Parts: sequence; structure tokens; C-alpha cells
Amino acid sequence: MTKAPRKAPKKEQKQVETTGHSWDGIEEYNNPLPRWWLWTFYASIVFAVGYMIAYPAWPLMERATPGVLGFSTRGDVAEEIKRFEEMNAGIEKKLAETDITEVAQDPELKHYATQAGAAVFKTWCIQCHGAGGQGAKGFPNLLDDEWLWGGDLENIHITVNHGIRTEADEETRTGDMPAWADVLEPDELVAVVEYVLSFNQKDANAKLVEAGKVVFEDNCTACHGEDAKGDPDLGAPDLTNAIWLYGGSREDIMESVANGRAGVMPNWNARLSEADIKAVAFYVHGLGGGQ
Amino acid sequence: MSSTDNAPQLYKAREPVFPRRVNGRFRTLKWIVMAVALGVYYITPWIRWDRGPNLPDQAVLIDLANRRFYFFMIEIWPHEFYFVAGLLIMAGLGLFLFTSALGRVWCGYACPQTVWTDLYILVERWIEGDRNARIRLWRSPWNFKKIRLRLFKWTVWLLIAVATGGAWVFYFTDAPTLLHDLLSGTAHPVAYTTIFVLTATTFTFGGFMREQVCIYMCPWPRIQAAMMDEDTLTVGYRHWRGEPRGKRRKGADVEGLGDCIDCNACVNVCPMGIDIRDGQQLECITCALCIDACDDVMEKIGKPRGLIDYLALSDEPLERAGNPPRPIWKHIFRLRTMIYTALWSAVGLALVVALFMRSEIDIRVSPVRNPTYVMLSDGSIRNTYDVRLRNMHGEDRDFALSLKADDPMTLSVEGEDDLIVRVPADTTGQLRVYVTAPPDSPAARRERTPIRIWVEDLENHVRDYKDTIFNGKPE
Repeated sequence: MTKAPRKAPKKEQKQVETTGHSWDGIEEYNNPLPRWWLWTFYASIVFAVGYMIAYPAWPLMERATPGVLGFSTRGDVAEEIKRFEEMNAGIEKKLAETDITEVAQDPELKHYATQAGAAVFKTWCIQCHGAGGQGAKGFPNLLDDEWLWGGDLENIHITVNHGIRTEADEETRTGDMPAWADVLEPDELVAVVEYVLSFNQKDANAKLVEAGKVVFEDNCTACHGEDAKGDPDLGAPDLTNAIWLYGGSREDIMESVANGRAGVMPNWNARLSEADIKAVAFYVHGLGGGQ
Repeated sequence: MSSTDNAPQLYKAREPVFPRRVNGRFRTLKWIVMAVALGVYYITPWIRWDRGPNLPDQAVLIDLANRRFYFFMIEIWPHEFYFVAGLLIMAGLGLFLFTSALGRVWCGYACPQTVWTDLYILVERWIEGDRNARIRLWRSPWNFKKIRLRLFKWTVWLLIAVATGGAWVFYFTDAPTLLHDLLSGTAHPVAYTTIFVLTATTFTFGGFMREQVCIYMCPWPRIQAAMMDEDTLTVGYRHWRGEPRGKRRKGADVEGLGDCIDCNACVNVCPMGIDIRDGQQLECITCALCIDACDDVMEKIGKPRGLIDYLALSDEPLERAGNPPRPIWKHIFRLRTMIYTALWSAVGLALVVALFMRSEIDIRVSPVRNPTYVMLSDGSIRNTYDVRLRNMHGEDRDFALSLKADDPMTLSVEGEDDLIVRVPADTTGQLRVYVTAPPDSPAARRERTPIRIWVEDLENHVRDYKDTIFNGKPE
């Protein structure tokens, strides 16, 4: 601090100081850095030391040194999840208490149920029903308008809640498509398959259809109905429309009739909260097939 | 330190600069620019602008939380951020244009670092006196007077710094509400943090760093040379007129001396602490205060003004030969500046056109591809589309959707009985829309069928559409 302020320059042009180095007559100018610049460098070292004390820094065998602030990114996420759960606690409670048919009337609840339902669906449902809800052979497509167990909000809610043919829940949905190969003669099987095919296929053998109609009326109408349009109370599919869960070819139908079918779905009340179940039921209903 | 005496120093301490007060036309111009710049900065957030009941009434507001930018009658949504990008490009090109025509006028007059440093020096001069008094105070040991003056100065600086940081946050939320919250201690921590950081930087940069910011921290002085050439009007010293310089002493031989009397007036007023007579240099921000100082001296000694002046280096041979310099407009209107002007105008024009052409409603249609189609029980084929409808108005609006296709197809909206949807004010409505082709119809059997989804604002009948694809199930 003893340096004098800038004096008026001498009459000669000011000369830039050189480092004194000279290579082949080329001299190196010395334009020194400002000293505060050096201070920022030292300050960054001090900061780094402080940072290493405060935050996880040195890698050890098991984990890094924890740092006195106890910070961790995992802890951050846990905290954030907790924060969101607290934030949503009110609306979750409201959703759990609201009748599922009335969710759509409250815009806020509707929005929450759709978003939360999508998240639940992506976590628990896509393994069988597909990411878009399009299903697969044996796993129903949730986008179309065919519902084995009913496609209105209440029925979807019951299905998600109690599952299908699951032993863990007494209220689970149950229906029985037995293996008809144990009951019927082979020619009866062929005939009834031909009859079922005739509902929406023109190339069915008319003679077999005639015989199959008798077999159908004797054995199948109890569940599938006189008109073969099925019964959602029993999980019996409509056999007259274009949708076939296990395939609609002659071979596929034969396999279904001969060996029976018994698809299962877990009772989600064992794993999900009532609010989550309502949300996912509401979401599935809104995918396009809802009745 | 064991280094020898002749070893070069790698670091140097800042040499304090004590700019002397000066009067003149450029100083006046700088006062005006400062008043306008500070006025705009402090007043803008407080201007009100009525946009209706659902929108903020602040004329200029950067609403980060809701992702809206309001500028008087213009409301920018995130998808229109290209307007901001365009304005930044215009600012860049404008900087190029002004630099190529007039040198570092931005640095010298309008840069916040210059404006606030000027303000801080004004305070310093008001409290501690002009150059000589300040040098004396700086040299004097710490005593009551020095402590008193220093504390007073720092307090005023700090108040300015707080006001600077404080004004900044008003651009990001409703100013009167925020002021109330700030004073009652209930504002968001981010507001206080922002004010604290800007206060600290203003105080340090304006009070202590000053020219160090321009010389060592700012990239602009390093790249400005690319925008300048010999025709650029910049602050310079007519050394062919001034040299050899010398003091006019009574009885001394003044024969052969130039006009420069080596009074150091130009050096003493320089906020960067340089000597303009050394020629063009990186440190010079062309604030032109040396012009005012020198003109003042030249008038006193009866010489023509303009020994230090805005001049173009290409005029030197002309002036040496005793001819007048070329007119200013010839320096300014040259290919380089015309290209910059053309580019600047083109971007500006494009932005204005885009502003007037932007549709009031906006429809986005994205087909759901997982799965691409669904077969319904009657054999018809249905596609699903995620549709977003922007309502950029201040009130709720009803929109009617319709479908334009060559084949028979029907349109429906999830959760709606008809094709009319209501979108709340200033929001984006998200809809799930279905297009269904009847069983065995051409579109149901064709792999891809182009369709067009129309939307009409039922209030003012503005229409917009999006083209998309219907995916069928080929046999």
C-alpha cells in the first residue's frame, strides 16, 4: 500500500517491461497478472478445502467421506419424494374418499387422478398390459371397447382392487372356462369351434356349424349367452365381435375350447393404496375404451 | 522472496485511479445517458399495464414460474422464445454496428459497469473531494477524518448497491407485492439471495474493481478489434499536431513544439488511468472525457480544439498534409456498417413480421404410437392423438374441433360428448382425441391416410389446423 498513484508518464513513449528472456532476438514482454487475480486463485483453494470438509469428497473403500453437512444426492431425492408426498397427502385423501364416478366432476381431482394413475400404470401394469395399454395375447387390450368384466368406472375399480382368479382375495372375480376336451368328443369340439367361427367369418363349414350350434346351446350358453354375446358378470367374452384375447383363428379357438382359459390378475389392494387404485382405474377408463 | 532485483514481477498490484472532474459536451452526454439508463432500470418494473383479470398488470415482467414473458402489449410464451433469441441477435449486431462505426461507444457510455462506476465516482467526489483531495486522503494515515469519510462513502455505495440488486428482482414478479414482502421479510429466499449477490457485485465492481473489470474480466475489449478498422471513429490523439509536446514556460523556447502542453489534463480525468497520447490501447473505453479535458485547455491557451478528438485513423495522412479530414458520414457509411445495418434490419423486420403473423390460437397434434391403432369390437380402427390447444387470451375460450379427411372417419374427444372443449384463460388444454375409421373402410385398410384436424375459436372464429396421419390395419 505504499505505492504512489500513477504518475504522469515520461516524455518518451512508455516502454513495456520485458522478462529479459531473448531468443534469436525475440524478447518476451512481461504483462503481469493483477494481484487480485492471484487472490481469487488462493480463494478457490480455500473454498475447495471448505467444500471437502462440508460435502462428500474423499472416496474410501465403502463410500466417500460423508462431509459435516451430511449431504447426499440420494438423501435429496428421498427428501423431495417426502415433500411431494406431503404436498399430495390432502388430495390423496380426498381421492380415496371420493366415489370413483364423481372424480371427473372435480377438475383438480380429475387432473390428479389422471397423472397419478399414469404413474401407477407405468409402474405396476405395463408388464402385462403394455406401456400404451395395448395388451398382448392373453393380456387384455385396455384401449378397445371390449371388457371381460365390465368397462365402466366401478367395474374397472373392482377388477383392479380384487384382481381376477386370485386366491389371496375372497372377493376376487371368478369365472370358469373349463377344458372342454375332457367333456366333449373331438367331433363336437370341431363343430362348436366352427359354430363360433361362423359369428364373424364367412368361410365356416355350414354342416359343422349346424352341429356346433347344438353343442354350443347345450354347453356354452350358460356363460356366453344364447346370443353368444358373453356376460361381464362371469368374465365370459363376447364371441361375436372382432376382438379375440387369445386369437380368433380356427386353431386359436380350438385351443381355447379344448384346454380352457383362466387368465389371472393380482388383487392390487394388497399392494396399492385406495387412492392409487382409484387413480389407475380412472386412468385406464380414460384411455379410450371406458364405458 | 529470494528473487533477485531484476527478476520480472509476475503479479502487479492495482494502481489506484483518481479521475478528476471535467466539464464539456461529452461529459454532459454521459450524464444524460446515465440518467436515462438508471431511470429505465429503476422505473420499468413499476409501470402498470392492464391485461384483464387473469393476467399480471406489470408492463415488463419475466414470469419464470409460469414461463411467460410480458412486454407491454406483447406476451411471449415459451414456444415463442425465438423472439428473445432474435432480440439478442439484434443486440449483438447492433453492438457490431456501433463498434464498427463509433468504436467502443457501448463501453464508454452505456455499459452498466461504466454507468455504475461513473455513479460511484460521483459519490466519491461528492464525499471526498476532487482528484487532489482524494489522493491526499488516500496517502494520509488512518485518522478520524479518513475513517469518517470512508465509512460515509461506503455506506452510500452500499445503499446504491442494495437499490441496484433490489430493482433487479422486481422484473421477475409483481413489484408492489414483492416490495411489501421484502420489507416484511416474507419474500422468497431466492429474492434475498439475488439481492445479496447483486449488491455484493455492484459494491465490489463499482467501488473497488472498476477498470479492472474492463481490462481483465470483460471479453469485449478482446474481440472489439475485429469490428474496428481505420475508418472507425474513435477517441484519439492527433500526435502529428501535438508532438513534440512541452510545457510553455515563460522565456522558454517554444519554437518547434507541438500543441500539446503536456498538462496531463487528459490523463487526470481518465477513469481507466491511461494516457490517450500513447495511442490506441486495450484499456481505453472511449468515454471521451479526455476530449472534454483537452478542449478546455486548448481553448484557454488559444489553440483550436480537437487535439484529442473522435477521429478516424485513415484521416491521418490527409491531416498531416494540411487537408481537412473526410466528412464523418463518409466514415460511417461504408460497406461494413451497411452490412451490419442490413443484417440488423433484416432480423428486426423478421421479428416484427413474426409478431404480427403469430396465430392467436395454437394447436399441436401428436399421434399416440403405442399402439399405432386399436381395433374396436365392431372391427373399426381407431387412432389416438394427444392434442394441445393454447388459449393465449385473458379469458376462458371454447374451441370447436373438426376433422377433414377424404375417407369417412369420425372424431371424438375423451370425456366430452361433443367436439367443443373449453380451455381456461392463458393455459394449454391437453386433450385425448380419437379418430375412428368404420370397419373395412379404405382408411381402416390403408397403412397411412393423411388427415387434417381443425380448431376454431368460437369467440372470434379464428381457425387453425394441423396435418397428421391416420394409421390403418392393412390386411
